[in-house]
Amino acid sequence: MRTPSGPGSAQQAPGRGPVRSGPPETTRTARQHAPITATGLIVKVILLGLVAGIAIWAAFPLIAAKLWVGLAVLVVTTVGLGYLYLTRRHIPAKYLVPGTIFLIAFQVFPVLYTASTAFTNFGDGHRGAKDDAIVAIGSSSVKQVPGSAEYTLAIATTGDPATGPLVFLVTDPSTGTVSAGDSDGLRPLDAADVTVTPAGKVTAAQGYTVLNFGQASVRSQEITDLVVPTPGGALRSNGLSRAYEGKAIRAYDRSCDCITDSETGRTWTADGTVGAFVAADGERLAQGWQVGVGLKNFARVLTDPNISGPFFGTLLWNFAFAIGSTGFTFGLGMAIALALHSPRMRGTNLYRVFLILPYAMPSFAMLLVWRDMFNTDFGLINNLFGLGVDWFGEAWSARVAVLLVQLWLGYPYMFLVATGALQAIPRELTEATSVDGASPWQSFRAVTLPLLLVALSPLLIASFAFNFNNINAIWFTTEGGPFAPDNPTNGATDLLITYTYRLAFGAQGAEFGLAAAVSIFIFAIVATVSAISFRRTRQQEEVYS
Amino acid sequence: MTTHPNAAGRRGSRWFTQVGWRHVVGVLAVAFSLFPILFVLSAALNPLGTLSSTQLLPTGASLENFGNLFSRTEFGNWFLNSLLIAGGASFVSIFLSSLAAYAFSRMRFTGRRFGLLTLLLIQMFPQFLAIVAIFLIFTRVTDLWPSIGFNTPWGLLLLYMGGALGMNTWLMKGFFDTLPRELDESATMDGASHAQVFFRIMLPLVAPILAVTALLSFIGTINEFMIANVFLTDTGSKTLAVGMFGLVAGERNNNFGIFAAGTLLTAIPTVLVFQLLQRYIVSGLTVGAVKG
Repeated sequence: MRTPSGPGSAQQAPGRGPVRSGPPETTRTARQHAPITATGLIVKVILLGLVAGIAIWAAFPLIAAKLWVGLAVLVVTTVGLGYLYLTRRHIPAKYLVPGTIFLIAFQVFPVLYTASTAFTNFGDGHRGAKDDAIVAIGSSSVKQVPGSAEYTLAIATTGDPATGPLVFLVTDPSTGTVSAGDSDGLRPLDAADVTVTPAGKVTAAQGYTVLNFGQASVRSQEITDLVVPTPGGALRSNGLSRAYEGKAIRAYDRSCDCITDSETGRTWTADGTVGAFVAADGERLAQGWQVGVGLKNFARVLTDPNISGPFFGTLLWNFAFAIGSTGFTFGLGMAIALALHSPRMRGTNLYRVFLILPYAMPSFAMLLVWRDMFNTDFGLINNLFGLGVDWFGEAWSARVAVLLVQLWLGYPYMFLVATGALQAIPRELTEATSVDGASPWQSFRAVTLPLLLVALSPLLIASFAFNFNNINAIWFTTEGGPFAPDNPTNGATDLLITYTYRLAFGAQGAEFGLAAAVSIFIFAIVATVSAISFRRTRQQEEVYS
Repeated sequence: MTTHPNAAGRRGSRWFTQVGWRHVVGVLAVAFSLFPILFVLSAALNPLGTLSSTQLLPTGASLENFGNLFSRTEFGNWFLNSLLIAGGASFVSIFLSSLAAYAFSRMRFTGRRFGLLTLLLIQMFPQFLAIVAIFLIFTRVTDLWPSIGFNTPWGLLLLYMGGALGMNTWLMKGFFDTLPRELDESATMDGASHAQVFFRIMLPLVAPILAVTALLSFIGTINEFMIANVFLTDTGSKTLAVGMFGLVAGERNNNFGIFAAGTLLTAIPTVLVFQLLQRYIVSGLTVGAVKG
């Protein structure tokens, strides 16, 4: 805000100052502009030019793809930025908008999108729209029937031979035309762009890398699974050099809104509430579509015993982990800071240099190193102390181990901030208590600790919130284990977030909707705990000046 | 000259109760801090390069693991990628959040309180759970603008910028609040614009907190694994966290020496910056913290 000179300035006094009379609006009316400097103007022009340049660069692909909504957002944002930095008004916005744009695009939008999937059945088998499911059902039921057309096949890719997306290059034996097909369908290629052997096999094609036999056989499973939809059915491979156009046995019938199997005559009727085709006896087809399911995912978290049982147990351990990680690191860090905080102490700087090394080491790597130090057979901990403990094999030893690793990683930070806070406490205070006859312990309890807690509680809350969702700490060490034999989805050291991660991306098939519902619960829990603690600290300290 | 042995003993025990025990605590703490690092050093120098043959104290002094690290993996690329991404992310994010912190600290506008609270709340959502959404968004982005899509440092950098505001802004706002307002008011009286006040007066004064947030953000970014793992799949485009995790994900025993060598090299830039900025970190963190 441009601070006005003259009569308005008294109202511009800092919030903590004694004068806080006029409403903030009055300061805006009494505005006196500072002169525009040449440097400022040049910087402004260059930056705005850069923004415009980026916008133009970004606009072409949007136009080419006919994404008009995206283009509109781009134009509005760019024009808005231009206006904001050319006008003399809206000064706070000039400072807030740059960060906010990134915040909205890469944090708020994905979070809201995720939250919205909590009300759907989004997940494996329910990814796309109903039409996609119908196509998928049709092409996966393709069978080779007598009279199916046969093609000569070459496997190609548009990317790396080992990982790139696969494409079928097929030659029609009757006409000799070559087409490229992937899961989107078949499209003919220009005869000038391809090299074909007399037998009809494509050996080179412009824009594609043709896989040799060795490269193709490595990816044979992917090749078998690739289905190229065609108007009459679909193309599938038969070995690595032949393809056939088979007939889809299951087809969608609009009149009954159902899928009919032409061989068995069985029908599956579309059920819009679950997003799947269901037979009369309740059998569902694997390929469904995404539908809204209301609060069903949330209800499932609370009532399904397979989920709610682990959920509350995990929640309890999650709290223990977050409080333990924060509490132990703070306790140890503060104790060492107190021990080294003495005017007669020599060499504190040297101690400090070595003490904080764990904090400066890359934590992802050190977590993995700790994991290996706890290794039962050749880990350092067992070797050093002559133990044979299976650290990550038992629930309690795994929990102790994880907390010990957290302690090592986190206490240097707490030591640093506690040292800083101790230096800020006036020595007269502790001296006064000792003159009054208090023991060191009494003076610590009555003076030092409360002052430290006031100073550091925001950091402690932040540390709690961070550790509550500290996925690295668990994923790099125990991976959530050990797991009970009867429940492979939830381990003894699982945090809610690692449990959710397994739920969302696990081997049982992705359940994004359910995972999103759990993450909303996590969000609510962390936000509530933090809000309560912030409210408490605010009683001691004015946060909003 | 001849001190009574008892008196010397008494003086010694008084020295111990007042100062000596502090050294004992200090030495124990340093030992606790250093022993895993010593283990890593020992593993890195171990010519056999396996986990099972590594002792706490170095048993050899071979640089073979370092050689293998560069010849058998793309460690050099990972290192540069990480430095570029973490360095870029921390630089841009402290710039963005210092702008916002200045506005929150020095200006009064509608929605200020709401904005501060929202920043705090958004941080509490486990962001990486939005990874499905991020994946879908960037699949689209990769189609439209391949140069900021998957497997590029720029896309990941943009994504990390989403978290630029947040805790950093709070820390910085706390620090800005401690600077006397008379400073910028008198500058304004002398005809300085708000931009001049920010760049010429405020920024130099908040150097400690800039150092702290830059470092925190550098450390946070260089250790980020979950999002980078989804984002970077080409061997050459990986960051240190993704690449080195791949080293020990399958062959944890045999690659341990190489992994340890990589860990030490990864630590060098952070440790250097850390020791340089230590002075600022103590003052910056606590002053920012006191003011919330």
